[in-house]
Amino acid sequence: MKLKFVEERIFNLLMVLATLVVFGFFASIIWTIARTGFPSLTWEMVSQLPGGGFYLGKDGGILNAIAGSLMIVFASTLLGLAISIPIVFYINVYLKKASRLAYFARLSFDVLFGIPSIVYGAFAFTIMIFFGLKTSLLGGIIVITLLIIPIFVRSMDEVAKSVSKDLLDAAYSLGATKLESCGVVLRQIAPGIATATLLSVGRAIGDAAGVLFTAGFTDNIPTALNEPAATLPLSVFFQLSSPIPEVRERAYAAALLLTIIVLVLSVTGRLVTGRFSKNRIK
Amino acid sequence: MFATPSILRMFAHPAGSAAAGTTSTGKPPVLKVGKKPGSEIKVSNLNVSIGNNHILKNIDLEIPNNKITCIIGPSGCGKSTLLKTINRLIDDSEKVKVNGEIIIDGENIYGKRVEVTHIRRKMGLLSQRPIPLPMSIFDNITFGCKLHGVRNKKQLKQIVEENLRAAGLWDEVKDRLHAPASSLSIGQQQRLCLARGLAIKPQFILGDESTSALDPISSRHIENLFVKLKEKYGVVLVTHTLRQALRIADYVVFIYLGEVVESGPAKELFNAPKHELTKQYLSGVFS
Repeated sequence: MKLKFVEERIFNLLMVLATLVVFGFFASIIWTIARTGFPSLTWEMVSQLPGGGFYLGKDGGILNAIAGSLMIVFASTLLGLAISIPIVFYINVYLKKASRLAYFARLSFDVLFGIPSIVYGAFAFTIMIFFGLKTSLLGGIIVITLLIIPIFVRSMDEVAKSVSKDLLDAAYSLGATKLESCGVVLRQIAPGIATATLLSVGRAIGDAAGVLFTAGFTDNIPTALNEPAATLPLSVFFQLSSPIPEVRERAYAAALLLTIIVLVLSVTGRLVTGRFSKNRIK
Repeated sequence: MFATPSILRMFAHPAGSAAAGTTSTGKPPVLKVGKKPGSEIKVSNLNVSIGNNHILKNIDLEIPNNKITCIIGPSGCGKSTLLKTINRLIDDSEKVKVNGEIIIDGENIYGKRVEVTHIRRKMGLLSQRPIPLPMSIFDNITFGCKLHGVRNKKQLKQIVEENLRAAGLWDEVKDRLHAPASSLSIGQQQRLCLARGLAIKPQFILGDESTSALDPISSRHIENLFVKLKEKYGVVLVTHTLRQALRIADYVVFIYLGEVVESGPAKELFNAPKHELTKQYLSGVFS
């Protein structure tokens, strides 16, 4: 009896420790970038385009990268959702549980999930060269969409898989077609969709390798899909590689901004998820 | 096509038997219940297999309108499969094979040109545990109506009130119609599901052990509703609780290993069962 008590205490302690380690890492990351980047995080930095000699420490901001990142993330998230939701419904509502197609679809998305973004970038770059296309906002949107579709599909699929067959039967028994029953499933998995979106946005906004070859980099805000677009991760990368200390500090400020954007999106997402969860059947 | 276990053949074709619910013509027993002109569901030579498992064997039944027909039998005997076959929910099972006919309103629901959604609409299903849709109480009731083209807000409100009253839930929820259905108690959720089913104006109400997950008070409430509802609808209940069948059934069908062993008016079957298996089941030798 006493041994069981000791065992319980030890494992409890280990769990608390593991949680604290994660919190510690999170706090340490925030502290490192905030300490170095916060002094450089000025209104001028977020509201201006980079001026001449910005990467040599002269005046200007990173509005080009903020705008480019938001455009790419917004468009690729919408595109990713539009492609992923039908896939999830097809696998979970239209195909039977033991379907081979569903099995291979899930396997494919698992493999795609694990492919590094640089591979997506290189793949898209090859295609772009084949078609004679230049780096552009559209290229960035497409490669980020491809990158986040497996995240969308697998995270939503896990939630959709847990939807009880009885719920579908309840809809069918009211005379609903499979398509109409998808509406019921959509309401049930809405919190899962919101979580998948948060995960995907986090991955999309922070990815540098995918957009390196496809979106390019520019000091301007793109006004058309065929123009190159700057992104925050590349802005951090270019500034951090500079030998000039002021420029490196700006890199930390850009990283801090990136983190703040992800945090704001996450908190908003959680609040929205809470609203979606209201009608969910537990 | 399908082999019948010898013990069941013995009950299905008893030599010289003129007992209710059995035939001496070599065919499985046919249940003929209720007012003859009112018979609405006619099951003929129904066989259902899932994979290599032959679940329902040569079922012949006639289920009347405006009566409560209880399907009883031990676990795994095919009661729920029969119910799911009647409203074609069985279609979505893996490797399912259905042979035979189920005639509703003169139409074989397994015919080639039948629209499945139309058939399901005729059969309000109340499952074992309540399955409210992930939406408000109001939207749960109107969901089915909207599917079938009712859009007028005033009409929808009227439908909600009418059916919640019919399910005995109106007084409890009239002030929180837009609250999530999941906020109701289990008993209330089951009544909501009943109201939702009634809202699409079915001909029959199918209950698949629909009181088994409920507390005794809610269970009694639902039972009373079934008795009340049989004035307007035919009620087909699968039940594991013999006492429930005893309380509310007008007709009883006893199924064992996928075959109808005995069927007939409830009083007759409970007071004077003709077959040894029925006697054993009713006396609790197996369940």
